[in-house]
Amino acid sequence: MSTTTTPRHELAEGSLPARTRAPAVSISEVSKDFGRGPDAVVALHEVDLLVERGEFVCLLGASGCGKSTLLNLVAGLDSPTSGTVDTAGNKIAFMFQEATLFPWLTLGQNVDLALRLTGVPRSARPERVEELLEKVRLGGRGHRRPHELSGGMRQRGALARVLAQDADIVLMDEPFAALDAMTRDAMHDEIEGLWAELGLTVLFVTHNVREAVRLSDRTVLMESGPGRVKEIHAMHDLPRPRHLEDQRVTERAGRLTHLLKAEVARHVR
Amino acid sequence: MSVDLSSGIGTGTPTSRGASPSPATGEPSRRAARPGAGVRRAVEVVWPKLLAVLLVVALWQAIYASGWKPDYRFASPADTVERLWFVMSGNGPFNFWMGVQNTIMRGIQGFALSLVIGTILGIAVSQWRVLRNAIGAMITGLQTMPSIVWFPFAILLFGLDSSAIYFVVLMGAIPSIANGIINGIDDVPPSYLRAGHMLGARGWRRYRFVVIPAALPAYVAGLSQGWAFAWRGLLAGEIIVSIPEVPALGTQLNQAAVNGQSANLLALMIVVLVIGMLASFVFSSIGQRVRARRGLTGFTAGGG
Repeated sequence: MSTTTTPRHELAEGSLPARTRAPAVSISEVSKDFGRGPDAVVALHEVDLLVERGEFVCLLGASGCGKSTLLNLVAGLDSPTSGTVDTAGNKIAFMFQEATLFPWLTLGQNVDLALRLTGVPRSARPERVEELLEKVRLGGRGHRRPHELSGGMRQRGALARVLAQDADIVLMDEPFAALDAMTRDAMHDEIEGLWAELGLTVLFVTHNVREAVRLSDRTVLMESGPGRVKEIHAMHDLPRPRHLEDQRVTERAGRLTHLLKAEVARHVR
Repeated sequence: MSVDLSSGIGTGTPTSRGASPSPATGEPSRRAARPGAGVRRAVEVVWPKLLAVLLVVALWQAIYASGWKPDYRFASPADTVERLWFVMSGNGPFNFWMGVQNTIMRGIQGFALSLVIGTILGIAVSQWRVLRNAIGAMITGLQTMPSIVWFPFAILLFGLDSSAIYFVVLMGAIPSIANGIINGIDDVPPSYLRAGHMLGARGWRRYRFVVIPAALPAYVAGLSQGWAFAWRGLLAGEIIVSIPEVPALGTQLNQAAVNGQSANLLALMIVVLVIGMLASFVFSSIGQRVRARRGLTGFTAGGG
């Protein structure tokens, strides 16, 4: 384990870095339609959500509930049909499900590009690249090309690239969905450590209930057809770091799974 | 000498690394096996080509020996090779090396100009919808046009002059190059564009850091095809548009045919073939390199 990430015991509830309670993301009455007229699909309907600075929020829902659409709206990759998304001038980074490291660059060059586009001067970059790769435990692998890395390593590389952007808000769209369970567990530890250390605001999309319970301060359960916020579940009572074997975590995950299944069943009918 | 760490299994010190077969085990070390393997691979690659050439020469000789056509119409392989050697040593009835140089220079110049125009045109068409609607289909259509069709028009425009040849070279190469870059840009995976956007690659940076590198394999393929069309157009042009004071391969081919110098003609054809093969080798190595760096090789649809 790298020494730069916060040791687990420091993550216990109450010892989190001081966070100001101002919203980093304000989503108000946001609706999003795709297409026009009778064929239009309502992806999101009047969604309201405030994400506080330094908060870890998971958007949980079945496929097609508009959670990725919502993330794209926050990212500015798409614009809402009505309503407003305010990110208070914060710098935003995005981590995608497939590691979108550019295949024509080495891992190090990918991170370097992110630094360069962020405006880090050339002279400072090589050292910073190595630092970031160390942080995601890929030190010394900067010369590798993305296709030479395993899925987990690629996602860690993508994470290094996100960190290179020095963003305040990190949006994650099912970043670990394609990883095996063991690698995913390791990534959870890593992302939690970095979130705590850097005081990031994270908006994390997932369809994995255990992942949401494992990571989030609050989990936003979304319903589909049209997509909207069904319930918001606070997880503050569960001390960090959380273990999936912990009874309270399991109970909470069980309850959310039940709700999610009911939601899916409502649409399968 | 270079020290290959990957084969440094065991406790060999740098000074003992040079020792090849290990006397202790009696087995050749991996290092010692490598040069042999390299030679074997080279032989494996070369012998089918040699065999193919030998078969062609044998067939050629057989046809010649049958007496089907007189010597001045169909020269023997031996005569051709002798003639090839003769002209290559600068003793021909014409200035062989000047011709080769002129032809290659025309090719390079025409191709370079096509590269610039085709690239700009391709980017412009992929960027502006109006332009795409206007000439996108035309560019694809132009690719199907045999370059020789342009010559009467080119001669009418420019007269029997180098300009006419360049014009045809450009008309052949530009559509391929433009099309390559248009296809490349169209096929850039949206996930890279989104990632680039989030990294801050917007405006011209979007092109510099995402679109152009992502489109590079298709662009290289377009360049390769563009060169092939340029080369064909060029030789056709030199055969049709003879400029007496400028020796060129195409011109010399034509003269050899007119003068009934079959051995000369065949020797020149071999030269044209070799130059074409060398150029195609250069482009395919570039393409191969680009693909290998991206992990796009190793498991291919073709055999071995």
